[in-house]
Amino acid sequence: MQIVQAENLVKSYQVGEQQVTAIEQANFTINQGAFVSFVGPSGSGKSTLLNMLGCLDQPSSGRLLINQTDTSTLNRSQAAQFRGEHIGFIFQDFNLIPVLTVEENIEYPLLMVQNRPLAERRARVNSLMEAVGISEQAKKFPNQLSGGQKQRVAIARALASQAKLVLADEPTANLDHATAFRIIDLMKQMRDDYATTFIFSTHDSKIMNAAESLFILEDGKVSEQKNGDAK
Amino acid sequence: MKTLKIALRNLLRYQRRTLLTTLLITLGVVAMLLFVSAAGSFKSMMVGQITDSMLGHLQIHKKGYVSSIDSLPLTMNMKAKMVEKVEQELEQIESVSAWSPRLKFGAMFSNFKETTSIRLNGILPDKEIAACPDLPKRILGDQPETFLPEGSIILPELIAKGLKVKAGDSIVLVATNRDGSVNGMNFTVNAILEGLSGPGGRDGYIHLKDAQQLLRTDSGEISEIALRLDNPDKEKAVLQQLQKTLGKMQNQQGKPAFEIHSWEKLSPFANIANMIDLMTLFIKIMLAAIVLISVMNVMVMAVYERVREIGTLAAMGTQPRTILGLFITEGFLLGVLGSIIGVAISLLLTVILQYAEITFNFGRQSGLVLEPHLQLADVLFASAIVIMAAVLASLQPAWKAAQLNPVDALRAN
Repeated sequence: MQIVQAENLVKSYQVGEQQVTAIEQANFTINQGAFVSFVGPSGSGKSTLLNMLGCLDQPSSGRLLINQTDTSTLNRSQAAQFRGEHIGFIFQDFNLIPVLTVEENIEYPLLMVQNRPLAERRARVNSLMEAVGISEQAKKFPNQLSGGQKQRVAIARALASQAKLVLADEPTANLDHATAFRIIDLMKQMRDDYATTFIFSTHDSKIMNAAESLFILEDGKVSEQKNGDAK
Repeated sequence: MKTLKIALRNLLRYQRRTLLTTLLITLGVVAMLLFVSAAGSFKSMMVGQITDSMLGHLQIHKKGYVSSIDSLPLTMNMKAKMVEKVEQELEQIESVSAWSPRLKFGAMFSNFKETTSIRLNGILPDKEIAACPDLPKRILGDQPETFLPEGSIILPELIAKGLKVKAGDSIVLVATNRDGSVNGMNFTVNAILEGLSGPGGRDGYIHLKDAQQLLRTDSGEISEIALRLDNPDKEKAVLQQLQKTLGKMQNQQGKPAFEIHSWEKLSPFANIANMIDLMTLFIKIMLAAIVLISVMNVMVMAVYERVREIGTLAAMGTQPRTILGLFITEGFLLGVLGSIIGVAISLLLTVILQYAEITFNFGRQSGLVLEPHLQLADVLFASAIVIMAAVLASLQPAWKAAQLNPVDALRAN
């Protein structure tokens, strides 16, 4: 089953008097449960594509179906609701809420977005903390954690809402290599455990090898390549 | 509750800024409440003195009397029949707890050595004390055995001092009646009365029967009737009621027979009371401005510094209205916090001021003790102003936060 379907996807910006095309006629599909990476140099359109997949931005033309929903027609509020129900985010700078503890950060989407009952929230948060190995840090605030721990919390938070799709923009860019590989392994493990599709962007060749499929972005064009090195 | 918790933690995250803003709001609340309590105390004390020891809450005169009250015209007195009609109407109104008929006139006062003019009220002592219960409190020195027996006079302080007269002395009053005939009578000074600012504040008092004898009148005529209400707050309602009944009565010429005035229309202190109310209003406006500016400043900074965080919240699916609510709640909490601390400090300072017994002079009165009291209504009003202003001040920054484009917000440094 396809979780992402992009048809003739175009994203262009007006920069001064010039029209700049960031994504040009992209056509691709991503299957449910895939573990894929968008790769390409800086400015190749990785973040732009991830923003559209995450319903944070809308395509200039073309159709983008996420979980069978045409996201290009969603208004601001509908897009927020769709994100809250179907999409999880992992950021390069972790972007944890500094005033919330680890468990509260993970609980946030369940409480403030999905408004789930307490018992369900507790069970989900505890299970995710255990899954990503941060149960002992439950009561700590983000500034008391290492980079790797913060990204583990971010992964747990992205999975908290039972998202079908998790988007990670350069999730390992601020981590050392050993930690970065552990995080990628964790993401893969989570994909296996929760059947969630993971899409991450990177320009680190070692990290991109972990992906099962690569989507190469060059001058706004997207091409898919199966990754034989994927473990 | 969840929004409240996050908002509170965000406030605690910027402790110094929150502390400074709360301090500013607190100062505003304290300044306002102390002013309101001190000015309110002064106002209620003065109003109480004026109504309870001199004017009563309302007064009824023959139409036209008040405009010529300076000359105390005997020709403008109410005849006995008019007085009877007034009393019949007053009997019908439950809120009128007492009334006192007064015969006012001017006379010459002599201590057998010197002579001066004096304004006098002929009163029925029991009725006068019922209408103006604080009148005996104005007596300087020891209270006499009987407040005002026939043949005695209660002398205003100014004349007593000027003519060196004291309680127990004999004096002479000479008055001219409405026909121009002059009459004199001996009186014993029963007590000396403290002077008050405003009309009637330097008048003397004699028994109504003595006044009628001095003026050689047995017609039962009366210059004014002073009314006391069971609750001063009913003043407007009773005034309206009396204007509908007595105010509509006509004399034989078909013109209005009576005029009814509240104490505010008779005493110049009403203008001072209005000024106090106006100043209180300005202080309230200033308080609202302080809160608006300080909270808006802190909230604008909060949004500016947390753009990326707002982007993260939006990316996770937080609805714009929830983000709006988070920031408004922060402003609301600043208002609540400033109000609570401000009210607590104000209460404490009010108690200290009460113990300090600060005295002040007003007009000819000296040594008046300021007794500030905080009314619940003032506390609630000040808190409401602060909280509303704080929420209002948060609206624009909160709206800006809610409308941020998540992509731009996530890109912010």
